[in-house]
Amino acid sequence: MLDGRYRFDNFVVGASNRLAVSAARSVAESPGSSYNPLFFYSESGLGKTHLLAAIGYHACKLRPDLRVEYLAVDELVDRLNVAVELGQAERFAQRFADVHVLLLDDVQALAGRAETQSELLRLFNALQQAGRQMVMASDRPPQEIADVDRRLLTRMAGGLIVDIGPPEYETRVAILRAKCAERGLVFGSGVLEELARVPSRNVRELQGWLNRLVAQQSLSAVPLEPVDVRALVARSRGSTPVANEFDSFVREIASVVSQSVDRWRARLAEFVARWAGEGIRTAYLERFLEAKEPPDLDKLEADFVSAVRRLQWLEREAARLDPKLAGLEVFRDPERLDEAEGVVQRAMAAFDPPPAPNSDLDVESLVAGGANQLALKAAAEVIAFPGERYNPLYIYGPRGCGKTHLAHAIGNALRARGGGVSTVACVTASAMTEEVIIALQEDGLERWRMRYRAADALVIDDVHELAGKERTQDELFHLFNAMLRDGKQVVLTADAPPGELFDIATRLRTRFEGGLVVEMGRVSEAERTAHRTPVPEGAEAAAPTIDFWDDALDVVPEEKVQFAPLLVDREKLIVDWGAMDGRVVEELR
Amino acid sequence: MPIFNYAAREITCKIVYYGPGRSGKTSSLQAIYAKIPAGRRGTMYSLATQGDLTLFFDYLPLELGRISGYLTRFQLYTVPGQPQYAQTRRLVLHGADGIVFVADSQLARMEENLDSLRDMHEALLVHGVDPRSVPLVFHYNKQDLPEPLVARPAELDAVLNFRGMPSFPGDALRGRGVFEALRAVSVQVLRRFAEPAHPRI
Repeated sequence: MLDGRYRFDNFVVGASNRLAVSAARSVAESPGSSYNPLFFYSESGLGKTHLLAAIGYHACKLRPDLRVEYLAVDELVDRLNVAVELGQAERFAQRFADVHVLLLDDVQALAGRAETQSELLRLFNALQQAGRQMVMASDRPPQEIADVDRRLLTRMAGGLIVDIGPPEYETRVAILRAKCAERGLVFGSGVLEELARVPSRNVRELQGWLNRLVAQQSLSAVPLEPVDVRALVARSRGSTPVANEFDSFVREIASVVSQSVDRWRARLAEFVARWAGEGIRTAYLERFLEAKEPPDLDKLEADFVSAVRRLQWLEREAARLDPKLAGLEVFRDPERLDEAEGVVQRAMAAFDPPPAPNSDLDVESLVAGGANQLALKAAAEVIAFPGERYNPLYIYGPRGCGKTHLAHAIGNALRARGGGVSTVACVTASAMTEEVIIALQEDGLERWRMRYRAADALVIDDVHELAGKERTQDELFHLFNAMLRDGKQVVLTADAPPGELFDIATRLRTRFEGGLVVEMGRVSEAERTAHRTPVPEGAEAAAPTIDFWDDALDVVPEEKVQFAPLLVDREKLIVDWGAMDGRVVEELR
Repeated sequence: MPIFNYAAREITCKIVYYGPGRSGKTSSLQAIYAKIPAGRRGTMYSLATQGDLTLFFDYLPLELGRISGYLTRFQLYTVPGQPQYAQTRRLVLHGADGIVFVADSQLARMEENLDSLRDMHEALLVHGVDPRSVPLVFHYNKQDLPEPLVARPAELDAVLNFRGMPSFPGDALRGRGVFEALRAVSVQVLRRFAEPAHPRI
């Protein structure tokens, strides 16, 4: 079956099977990651087996290391019976446990076979847990297969179910032309088109008519004409060639319409009709129908399908978070995808928020001193103008300098100030890595992303712990960009400045430097003691508070500030600020 | 109203059955109606009829379903043939995409056929349409009558069909030639779409 006779490139795609082919291709290109399981159903002779085999062939061609298994349910039953008789039922299960892509045909034959169903259920669970792909084909949808275990039914229906309809006129013509090209057959003008007008329930029947036509041609000294096709069909059906006048009229009109409408418009109109039939708003596509020039149809259709899939995912997520959100109109309109994302993000923030900052850590409890005054001042700016002044704010310093405290304190202060910041995600880099791993295991990465993107501000502690965690870095890169694009504040802490971070991608390090990088040192014991000393009544100004350091910064005599630029380029200025005992990186953009 | 409505994904063709009174226009629509499968049959409207005469018009919507992604429908109208309803005929003719001229094959009605044809040309000109540009077919009805009473198709062609348009002898009461005429005019109408300019009446 997987020897290459059945491929995607020799499968004629039409309106009746376009979705099935698109899903099959997607599965073949990335098994286990898109539609799993993928379930085709149709009357026999419409290409289910061809598609199954094409998936297997294409997947193996792309990744020769994949183990792909094709079998019909009857074959599965036979193998299971033999294994049970030999007392090797366990080996039977193991044999399939190594399969990467399992292609199961004639699934309707499971009806009433309790033992096979039970074995298949186990196999199903094992393959799904291992992220392996299952593709099934049947002559009816899962829910119409009688006597099947409900658990198995649920699993079969848990991915994408696609039906394949009988080919319409244009597809029948294309199939006939493809078959003739394959076999080197040539017919006169209009002959194949006339044959395509013969109502055929499936492709096999159509092929049968073509075979009869070939036989007829071989007996005829002159080339066959369209009228001969009508006579042949009438003879074969034991009737006179006078067809139903209304049907004949409709066929004639269909033929003329298909010639009159630009092919691209016809294809797009069919695409629109299909999605409109599924309740999806298609106004966006309809605008292209009125264009004079054809758009890039492949891209347009792929983008639309992708947006619809995204909306479907969002609707499922929304329903999971709050059942009241299911069925909203916004989930039916690809043009409102951003709005739908917003709905789910808000639901995420309300029902499944990301980790919040520790509420015990506030700015007031921080001891201000010479070593952290810049960090405190920057923090105050960020709290006052989130997302506007220093974004990201990158605080680095040795262990115990209080940067974690400050990061959480900023998060709490942002939450407390309101003004559009209600959800603050606060997480350590190592916890974030762990979350990403779990999300990957549970196929919940998209949900993870949304949880964080739903936040109004992001605080990540100890970003140096991302060293070598490439996937988490990748996720952070996209999250970071999304936050900054939306004007949301990002605060990062680390044990070293961005330029000195080990094993962190350059694209992340440069982004960390894009806002304000500020060093934070340990506050001296004397300053701590001073902080703990009760302030005499009426002498509050003497306490080393943030306000104090604000004032202090303002009043530092210019001559005492020893600017010694370490680096000046178009984006930033790095100076040693002697008077403040620190280094400042100032964003110039 | 354009024939091809891309936004709504609809193709709508208006076909008008024209001809003298009692030539068989309503019978043609009834013959078509009778051959539409029950599941796809809409309602045929006969507005303001008296006896077997059409005083206003008949209307038969024909839904052909989705073809190449377009919901395709034909709207078939008849006009009242009696001379005094010229205004109604003009109104019904407005917006027509094609015309089936139903001629009465009886020799005794030849003059009325000619009058009706002239009337049709005038009505088209009133709408600012060149009669030569409109898809037109002839249905020579009542060919089932005894030979001495009817003109043969060639004779009818010689008198009425000087532009050499498709013509179909038939018998509307039994449905002969009716679908052939409808098919021919419909194909002409749809093919005109491919032309750069396709004015409607």
